[in-house]
Amino acid sequence: MTTAAAQPTDERVRRVGIARLLLGRPELGAVIGAILVWIIFAVVAGDSGFLTANGTATYLEVAAQVGIIGSAVALLMIAGEFDLSVGSMVGATGMIVAIGIGEFGWPVWLAIVAAFAFALMVGFINGYIVVKTRLPSFIVTLGTLFIVRGVTIGLTRTITGRTQVGGLNEATAGDPLAAIFTTSIGPFSVAILWWIGLALVATFILQRTTFGNWIFGSGGSAIAARNVGVPVERVKILLFMGTAASAALLAVIQVLSVGSGDVLRGEQKEFEAIITAVIGGTLLTGGYGSAIGTVFGALTLGITKQGIVFAGISSDWYQAFLGLLLLVAVLVNNWVRTRAAQVRH
Amino acid sequence: MRISKLLVAFAALALVLAACGNQEGSPGASGGGGGGSRDLTIEVVTHGQASDPFWSVVKNGIDQAGTDLGITVNYHAPETFDMVAMAQLIDTAVAAEPDGLVVSIPDADALGPSIEAAIDAGIPVVSINSGSDVYKDLGILTHVGQTEFEAGVGAGERMAEAGVTNTICVNQEVGNAALDLRCEGFAEGLGGVPSEVVGVDLTDPAGAQSAIEAALSEDDSIDGMLTLGPTGADPALAALEESGKAGSVQIATFDLSENVLNAINDGNMLFAIDQQQYLQGYLGVLIVTQFAQYGLLPGGGNPILTGPGFVTQDNAAQVIELSAEGIR
Repeated sequence: MTTAAAQPTDERVRRVGIARLLLGRPELGAVIGAILVWIIFAVVAGDSGFLTANGTATYLEVAAQVGIIGSAVALLMIAGEFDLSVGSMVGATGMIVAIGIGEFGWPVWLAIVAAFAFALMVGFINGYIVVKTRLPSFIVTLGTLFIVRGVTIGLTRTITGRTQVGGLNEATAGDPLAAIFTTSIGPFSVAILWWIGLALVATFILQRTTFGNWIFGSGGSAIAARNVGVPVERVKILLFMGTAASAALLAVIQVLSVGSGDVLRGEQKEFEAIITAVIGGTLLTGGYGSAIGTVFGALTLGITKQGIVFAGISSDWYQAFLGLLLLVAVLVNNWVRTRAAQVRH
Repeated sequence: MRISKLLVAFAALALVLAACGNQEGSPGASGGGGGGSRDLTIEVVTHGQASDPFWSVVKNGIDQAGTDLGITVNYHAPETFDMVAMAQLIDTAVAAEPDGLVVSIPDADALGPSIEAAIDAGIPVVSINSGSDVYKDLGILTHVGQTEFEAGVGAGERMAEAGVTNTICVNQEVGNAALDLRCEGFAEGLGGVPSEVVGVDLTDPAGAQSAIEAALSEDDSIDGMLTLGPTGADPALAALEESGKAGSVQIATFDLSENVLNAINDGNMLFAIDQQQYLQGYLGVLIVTQFAQYGLLPGGGNPILTGPGFVTQDNAAQVIELSAEGIR
């Protein structure tokens, strides 16, 4: 018979090759995708400014703006829920800041506090309705998407007689609080730091905290999670408040840095945020995903959106590229995940 | 192993896509020095949404200018009315270091810094359509468009020529400063003939129609009416029909629509003011190109007016044809 039979090892602690380790990560597809689109545009549009510092700054800016919402949306999706109201929330909280400062003469801090308070309140309502009624969050937040946008347009026109409030730069110039949201280093705006910072915080929460485990548990199987004592309802409500707050943060950055707000800001941002999360490897069904992947998802989206401008292709085509990117990303992620599941056994 | 195969496959795909892109893509801006025939690239960024027929006409003018001049013109607009996205498009267009930039400016606060960055980078900038009030402050070379007050004056003068004695100006979007200017210009152009502003709501055509009917019956001496857009003109035409005053009250409008053109062709409307936006696209590209190539600039920095052009019964048939071709 055989002599030294290999000692049976527990599969949880066995050594795995680097390839298998990588294949098991949700962000692999997004990293490859981001590098791939960067190479494509570097080749196609490298001679028309894509590779310059200014060019890099423009696509990082676009990536940052969608990525700021993306991290929070990814956490919520890992917990198995959607938030379609974030785009409308950008418009609403932006108008709170713009009207507060421009029409009511509020100090910057008060306008910001009011915007976040409103966002947290709507986020709480979203979450509360979802966990109490067990209705799909897709439907609940689809409702708030329209309610928030409609109330924003209606109230803005009632208060100001317009749909756009501008001229905020004079009021916010020199304000140290405003500087946190609007400073730029060379061509690179501080929004990029917010984006990376939020993604790191989200990653820390997911990988290193109990709350992170609760998020995965709530999305993987809410019933099982509840049975082992995870406060699923609280987790979900907090995450809804998180997505709304991230929208408020984006709105504050946008309104303070461009000096104006209008009621249509943030349209379609809800879809872009979901797309970045999905490209980043987060599953629509919950329980699986990554905040770092979402960073690369946002980067892919930013490179594509501005890259086709550098390539001299009409921006009419952007949405077609975006949709194609989404489908390719999902297919690749799906394929990688299947392979990863196979090599594990 | 599999990973490396995967990477090779992706790299190959990237190269194929890149090659395709190079074939269909534009030649891009060449860095070469002077010479009139060098390959120029002009970037155009507007706020025109894909669903708006007005902007399709502008884009047709832009494309035609690119073809006629033999230069590369890239047109970009945000997919929604999003001034932040538009500012980002301008930033990107500037980073591509074009030979010239053409922009519309519906929100000077949001777009100003991006436009000023373009000017600081030494790129000639011309504004079209929106921005006649701010282009000088931003340091833009010139503006191609219609100034609202002057267009209103033109309408008032024509209406006075038709012999009206008492008029109303129907404003379908109260609070829009540009529309206020049109009514003020109209009153000025009428030269003493009274003109009262009637506010209606463009989202409520039935309500607008009854408001106009009420204004007409309240003062029987009204024999002239100006509407500020097709959304005001359609209910106004219906109100005249309903109250039996079609023909006895002269009516004119800003901007074209199929209804408006048919009314003019049938003699039910005196004229329509056309801002000839095809020219805004065409001249915007032409002017910035001439400046980039030769430093030539018409108008001495004053706005270049593409309107008011007038559509009357004489040329309505031709305009209907051109409208179908996307030029009017």
